Amino acid sequence: MIHIAKRKEMPLLQSMAIRGLSVVLALVICGVITTILTGLNPIDVYVTFFSGAFGSARKIWILLQEIAILLCVSLALAPAFKMKFWNLGGEGQVLMGALATAACMILLGDKIPNALLIACMVVYSIVAGAVWGLIPALFKAKWNTNETLFTLMMNYVAAQLVAYFIIVWEVPKGSGKIGIINQSTEAGWLPQIGDYKYLLNIILVAIITVLMYVYLKYTKHGYEISVVGESTNTARYVGIDVPKVIIRTMLLSGAICGFAGLLLVGGTDHTLATTIANSRGFTGVMVAWLAKFNPFSMIASSFLLVFMERGASEISTIYALNQSFADILTGIILFFIIGSEFFITYRVYFTKKSEEVEKADV
Amino acid sequence: MFDFVSFIPRAIAQSIPLLFGSTGEIITEKSGNLNLGIPGVMYVGGICGVIGSFLYEHSFEDPSQMNAALGILIPLVCCLAGSLLMGLLYCFLTVTLRVNQNVTGLAMTTFGVGFGNFFGGSLIKLAGADVPSISLSTTSSLFRTTLPFAGSFGVFGQMFLSFGFLVYVAIVIALVSSHVLTKTRIGLQLRAVGEDPATADAAGFDITRYKYVATCLGCMIAGLGGLYILYLFICTGTDLAIKKLYKMLPYVVTIVVLVITSVRNKRENQPPESLGLPYFREDR
Repeated sequence: MIHIAKRKEMPLLQSMAIRGLSVVLALVICGVITTILTGLNPIDVYVTFFSGAFGSARKIWILLQEIAILLCVSLALAPAFKMKFWNLGGEGQVLMGALATAACMILLGDKIPNALLIACMVVYSIVAGAVWGLIPALFKAKWNTNETLFTLMMNYVAAQLVAYFIIVWEVPKGSGKIGIINQSTEAGWLPQIGDYKYLLNIILVAIITVLMYVYLKYTKHGYEISVVGESTNTARYVGIDVPKVIIRTMLLSGAICGFAGLLLVGGTDHTLATTIANSRGFTGVMVAWLAKFNPFSMIASSFLLVFMERGASEISTIYALNQSFADILTGIILFFIIGSEFFITYRVYFTKKSEEVEKADV
Repeated sequence: MFDFVSFIPRAIAQSIPLLFGSTGEIITEKSGNLNLGIPGVMYVGGICGVIGSFLYEHSFEDPSQMNAALGILIPLVCCLAGSLLMGLLYCFLTVTLRVNQNVTGLAMTTFGVGFGNFFGGSLIKLAGADVPSISLSTTSSLFRTTLPFAGSFGVFGQMFLSFGFLVYVAIVIALVSSHVLTKTRIGLQLRAVGEDPATADAAGFDITRYKYVATCLGCMIAGLGGLYILYLFICTGTDLAIKKLYKMLPYVVTIVVLVITSVRNKRENQPPESLGLPYFREDR
């Protein structure tokens, strides 16, 4: 007979070993599948995989930039999840932040000094994201409206709003695209540090990571979030104002998502598209969950996911496969990592039939 | 004047994938599983059906020799098998391994959408066609076969009887599932599992089996929706800015409904009590 029992708590080293093992297994399966579908030598596949992530200085910078943005979105989602508020609206909140940033850049671009413009962009993007997070939170706090569906729907509403404004602002008319905003004046572009285009984003996200760690671990707010997450009844009993905590946490969550939108539009892309969030709102859910909502572990999990994505997309580019091949590989890797959580939470052991009878007698 | 006679058939035709998907998801959710991987399941189901019919149609020199019954049956079976596999994967991860359902569902969506697009693209390569589409005209026409007497009912026939058989299948499945869920013993037991698995377990129901069967069934129904999308030509009009705002409407309506049901707080309108929570017997 197979028995399953819950573990008390696993030492960090052991749980890391299990996760590592699952990643290795996933990579082996991915290699096998790639070999079957393309007939390539599996070693070549792995070499390509790594070179896709670390192949050149430029690729490493892109890797770091992707990690930074994904980490920023995951950091935004983490406090909400810790409170057991399933904020699947990261996508929409990022889009709203991006929309607000682009609106500032386009409408105020040549009218006010650059420093003031950037200040406006920061404020408006954070407010836009926060408002988008606040709406579901208000209903959740007041009437316990299902937040999973509400935030999900808010994504689509945000995407359509962005699509609307893209057509309003499109350059040239009829192209359905905005193009690079303020290309000649570079108004509203976040400043570059030295020659490194992505460095500012990376530094900003690193600061947010530390702040979020301190916020969740050492402040009263962070404590209240974890109590509400464990049990709302306990929270009410000890005198925590649950609706207030929900609203405050979602404001923060949306605000950081909005900030991620600012980094995308103002920092790197300098344009607006409905796909600018690139499902990071959903990938961020996985990053935060895999890291058990610890901001520093999130660096590792977002690295892992971005690394897989970059490697897999390199394979599909080099061997002229369909770009979606990367999604398949990412999906397989995710299944393995998700599945490995079972072996971390539970202990499986086998007992013989006779032992069971003996136990029952005792 | 607004053209109702052509508007209603188009509205019905485009709503059918949603009907398939939501019927499947309702059955799944009643068992306490919140499957966010339905888009992935629809993609996989659809593309499996297309692969099946592609292989069948291309095994003939002349597509007109195809057996009509097999031409419909093969894509259907392939589609159901593909979405069943996705359902089993989801159940294995969430029911047997008890990992987080939201995360699993999102991963399934990533995987399924990639799977669908990849094999869709590969099929085009296989077919060696220059245009980026797969021609499955014969199978497609089989799926679009309408009731022979639709024309004889005038406007009514045009509005409500001019669809391929999958449309009626969707409506029948939705009605039957509604009946089974609310009126039969099995439906009652399934809802009990979703509301409070510990109590249902104590009453002697096999929780694992109920969750597996309901979720897999739900996935198969959703998969049919994917198959339907692929055999339906969705026409796209000109892109006016204001149209983008109209497209917000369905989502806004959903939010409004969501809020109203939660404000009224009637017991029968609430989602199952244990929705989204894994069940572990020793966890009481």
